[in-house]
Amino acid sequence: MILRELSEAFGVSGKEDDVRAVVLDAVREYVDEVKVDTMGSVLAFKRGTGQQRMRVMLDAHMDEVGLMVVGYDNDGFLWIRAVGGIDPRLLPGTLLQVGPERIPGVIGVKPIHLLKKEEGEKVPKLEDLVVDIGTKSKDEAKKLAPLGTYATFATEFRELGPTVSGKAFDDRAGCAVLVELLRGERFRFDLHAAFTVQEEVGLRGARVAAYGIEPDCAFALEGTIADDIPRDKDVSPTTELGKGPAITVMDRSFIADRRLVRLLTGTAEELGIPHQIKQPGIGGTDAGAIHLTREGVPSVTVAVPCRYIHSPVALLSLDDFNNTVRLMRESLSRLTRRT
Amino acid sequence: MRELIHKLVETYGPSGAEEQIRAVIRTEVEPLADELRVDPLGSLIVHKQGSNEGKRIVLAAHMDEIGVMVTYVDEKGFARFTRIGGVNPLTCVGARVAFADGTVGVIGIEEKRDDTSKAPKFEQLYIDTGATSRDECPVHVGDAATFVRPFVAQGTRLIAKALDDRIGCAVLIETLRRLERTPHDVYFVFSVQEEVGLRGARTSAYGIEPDLAIAVDVTGTGDTPECAPMAVALGKGPAVKVQDRGMIAHPAVRDLLVQRAQEAHIPYQLEVLERGTTDAAAMQLVRAGVPSGCLSIPCRYIHSPSEMVDEGDVRNSVQLLLEVLRTA
Repeated sequence: MILRELSEAFGVSGKEDDVRAVVLDAVREYVDEVKVDTMGSVLAFKRGTGQQRMRVMLDAHMDEVGLMVVGYDNDGFLWIRAVGGIDPRLLPGTLLQVGPERIPGVIGVKPIHLLKKEEGEKVPKLEDLVVDIGTKSKDEAKKLAPLGTYATFATEFRELGPTVSGKAFDDRAGCAVLVELLRGERFRFDLHAAFTVQEEVGLRGARVAAYGIEPDCAFALEGTIADDIPRDKDVSPTTELGKGPAITVMDRSFIADRRLVRLLTGTAEELGIPHQIKQPGIGGTDAGAIHLTREGVPSVTVAVPCRYIHSPVALLSLDDFNNTVRLMRESLSRLTRRT
Repeated sequence: MRELIHKLVETYGPSGAEEQIRAVIRTEVEPLADELRVDPLGSLIVHKQGSNEGKRIVLAAHMDEIGVMVTYVDEKGFARFTRIGGVNPLTCVGARVAFADGTVGVIGIEEKRDDTSKAPKFEQLYIDTGATSRDECPVHVGDAATFVRPFVAQGTRLIAKALDDRIGCAVLIETLRRLERTPHDVYFVFSVQEEVGLRGARTSAYGIEPDLAIAVDVTGTGDTPECAPMAVALGKGPAVKVQDRGMIAHPAVRDLLVQRAQEAHIPYQLEVLERGTTDAAAMQLVRAGVPSGCLSIPCRYIHSPSEMVDEGDVRNSVQLLLEVLRTA
């Protein structure tokens, strides 16, 4: 399963090399051209059958949130800062892989035996946390993990049954959907796939990728928030696991093109594919950067709902994943200039 | 112009769903256009050919208005919502909103609040369409609505929702109607999605590549009881923007507006706005940069369902734009 390889690859924003290698291997033989742009995004081109003269961009970001080494103390512990949105409550005691050599590390934590009551009630600050890679001095630590070294969660991909768990489903789930779409039949239009870098730090790779591609319309593929967990008030969830691909109408970064939303919901209703509208006003995706490119690009975001994103382990439903691939494939085959 | 303004302010058009207002404007401008198109994000662009001796000029007013969008429908059929653009929760309580298909909802507020003397949060508000269950609720997650409030003309004052920026649209349409000959190639841009981040104007300006751009939008005033100080008042003429939070007007554009106003004896005021910005801020930074400025119509109670402008300021805005376009 390509999602396993993608999930386990190391790819914190700015250091997407491993993911890029997995993507290149996965798509090379199914596309007509593939290149890496100046920022490091993978741009794959799959020619259409020529029936629709249109350039369609499909986007998924390769990068994941993570940590960066920013200093050392004298006993060989590493100081860290977040790359992208990380919740410090989830960090103490977490297993990490540090640097391209994937040096194992642990985020240090005081054992409960020594914890004072007040300390236990406080949320730790990132600045107060250290990473332990077993080194005993500053020099030794510096040598193994030079300043600027990236770290990510050391989480294995697991099949739990109808669901799977792993790290970085935001947005390796989207990458995996995009790989599946590239591996299928040609569409009627020219397909430009962009596996982008640096989404988590400001939609940076997608912005330049879209400028280069000059698409007529764009779909951002994502792994998005599923918060269908117990709650006290009847006012949410954002999306729910098992209810199918989530279509964005509006989030903090853009308002989706209504015609593309109708294409997706219409296709889903026609074929009986489960789908949901993501709760508007929350989050942001590469579509935010893409739709403002040049003269403007009608855009929409379609996502696989994932519980616990931006944490060491996320969880998604394989039915949702397969339905996302199917909904995209069927909608794209119905896409025309008149849509 | 009153009839036109009346029609424009009462038409539905929240950011991202400008189809209805675009159709209304299109009907007004189509017979007057040398060329008309809708760009990829939905902005309506009307081209008026000049005699090729002047500049390529963009006049931009945004079609979209602020509104709300349904985020969740609960078991009993009440809809929770988020805002589209800068909606103030204080003006929501008791307001009516209308959806694209005309469905009306009333905004209610949770009675159990920790401190009822404080301004409510959006999480404490909901839309009631009269439905009694989720299945029966006529509105769905992702549906957008705008505030309902009838247009009123009283003395020289006009009162309505969405004068921001349908009054700018009206000024552009009237200018286009009365424009006879101009040396300039003029593009009247009715932009989308201004209220959520100046999005439509940015992409439209990229496509047009203008030599000069002027946004026509509303601005605040400093003439109401205990308000924040601002040297702009209703009825004292259109305001020529010096700067706001997003832009310092290009001095040449500012001076052009001031000079033409003085020559034609049109009253005007200079404007420094401390909060908010306009499409001009986005157009200024497109491609290699566009000299940009803004002609503002003074407006009280911006982003409330009862905005107020002075009709004389509106007429003088049209007059001033005609003066700007008349000569090279």
